Amino acid sequence: MTAEAAARAADRAARQSYGRLVASLSMRSRNIAAAEDALGEAFRAALEHWPVSGIPDVPEAWLLTAARRVLGKAERRRQVSAMAEPELLRQVEETLAMLETEPDRFHDERLKLMFVCAHPAIDAAAQTPLMLQTVLGLDAARIAAAFLEQPATMGQRLVRAKARIRDTGLRFAVPEADELPERLEAVLQAIYAAFTAGWDDGGPLSGEAIWLGRTLLALMPQEPEVQGLVALMLYCEARKGARRAAGFVPLDRQDPGLWDGAMMAEGDGLLRAAGAANRFGRFQCEAAIQSVHAARRLTGETDRRALRMLYAALVRMSPAIGARVGQAAVAEPEDGLALLAAVPEKLAAGYQPFHAVRAELLRRLGRAAEARAAYVRAVELSPDPELRQFLWTRMAELA
Amino acid sequence: MDRPAAVIISFKPKGHPTTMKYMLVFVETAEDLAKRESAEAPAYWASWQAYVQAVEQAGIVVSGAGLMPPAMATTVRIRDGKRHVQDGPYSDTKEQLGGFYVIDVPDLDTALDWAAKCPAASYASVEVRPVMHMGE
Repeated sequence: MTAEAAARAADRAARQSYGRLVASLSMRSRNIAAAEDALGEAFRAALEHWPVSGIPDVPEAWLLTAARRVLGKAERRRQVSAMAEPELLRQVEETLAMLETEPDRFHDERLKLMFVCAHPAIDAAAQTPLMLQTVLGLDAARIAAAFLEQPATMGQRLVRAKARIRDTGLRFAVPEADELPERLEAVLQAIYAAFTAGWDDGGPLSGEAIWLGRTLLALMPQEPEVQGLVALMLYCEARKGARRAAGFVPLDRQDPGLWDGAMMAEGDGLLRAAGAANRFGRFQCEAAIQSVHAARRLTGETDRRALRMLYAALVRMSPAIGARVGQAAVAEPEDGLALLAAVPEKLAAGYQPFHAVRAELLRRLGRAAEARAAYVRAVELSPDPELRQFLWTRMAELA
Repeated sequence: MDRPAAVIISFKPKGHPTTMKYMLVFVETAEDLAKRESAEAPAYWASWQAYVQAVEQAGIVVSGAGLMPPAMATTVRIRDGKRHVQDGPYSDTKEQLGGFYVIDVPDLDTALDWAAKCPAASYASVEVRPVMHMGE
């Protein structure tokens, strides 16, 4: 056992189980900040002990036990550094043995913690970021970028929210049925933001988000927006293989034969079930847009008129920059450029899809010089090398 | 006073050993407080009486009081070592402290439920604040 192997195991456990561990720990202490600190101590202890004693069979259980010891000690106002005492280590091993024989004791409490983060006593602007940080393990810089905020501002907002949770004594439980709807919006947003973050970097977050969406669906099986969100994620996930078939492949050039038809059919079923409730909402609308694209695998074509109607509805319900750029992308080129021109410069400047869509629209109008400039800007804003390569190629094709 | 402790215990969420104390601050305007003396007085007092009874019976009260109107207040300040006594409340804002309860409940949500049941929540507002625990 080398220190490097132990570090790798700790790192893997950190990335895979961070949210589950924080959720489980904070349910007991009702203190997210303390749970995160204790988990940090547990990771440090793991790096000390694992090279000597070997990586445990269930690293998460070891970390959970160690972090619980830290929390217990903190409550008794003792020094955290006493972790290394042999007596305490023995206790850790005992609790660990118990946890390993009773794995059910380690429930997945993430969804519960998400609803706590959506408590109306917490600043509305902090709710979704808080979930992304504590439950989904996104770092503050990435969250700030997703919300088009300064990292320092976002960091402060998260610290304030955690202090409020610690000091006001919020109830740590999934709320009663009548309180679920008012908290649902922020939870849906966080799950979708995690999905798109994973979508952009190809990491494990999109799978986690789908799993959380399914868990939420089990909790609220009749809620049309939950059905809509899960359908939306399934439609996108189903195209994962086709999107990277040969470098980056944009949606309209993808081979539908490479799409996961079963996943899309599940999305269709969920979207139909959601429609029966007759309460249309943002996530159903976004899912409906993806269902139009998905239908190409059956009909061989894309119904652009349906896309335009759905994007118009989406922009009315949720006029975020993503929806407005999507609307421009499906419009006639002149109309699309007009829609983009209405987006405030401040929002548009650093938003990659804005410039990529603008480049395509200009290209279709034969305005090559302007298109070239827009492609350059889009390339500058693309962290993904395959996407950059695709945009360079498109630009090179300009006359 | 009869305070069945069992009520508190049955409210305790699993795994969290302690309850918390919250102050419910009843924030009322001069017009609200004037109801105490007006034709609306019987309805005003009846709603408060029902609420007080419910809170007391729940066995959660640490302390509490309704206050005389702000016109009865006297404010003291020491400035440059000299004592200044002034008639009237500490600030001349529209909304004034009308009364308070300190209750001992498992969590903020329970405190908010009690705040929402209070008559002041319907015609004025109720602020809910955790009480500091000393020595921690």
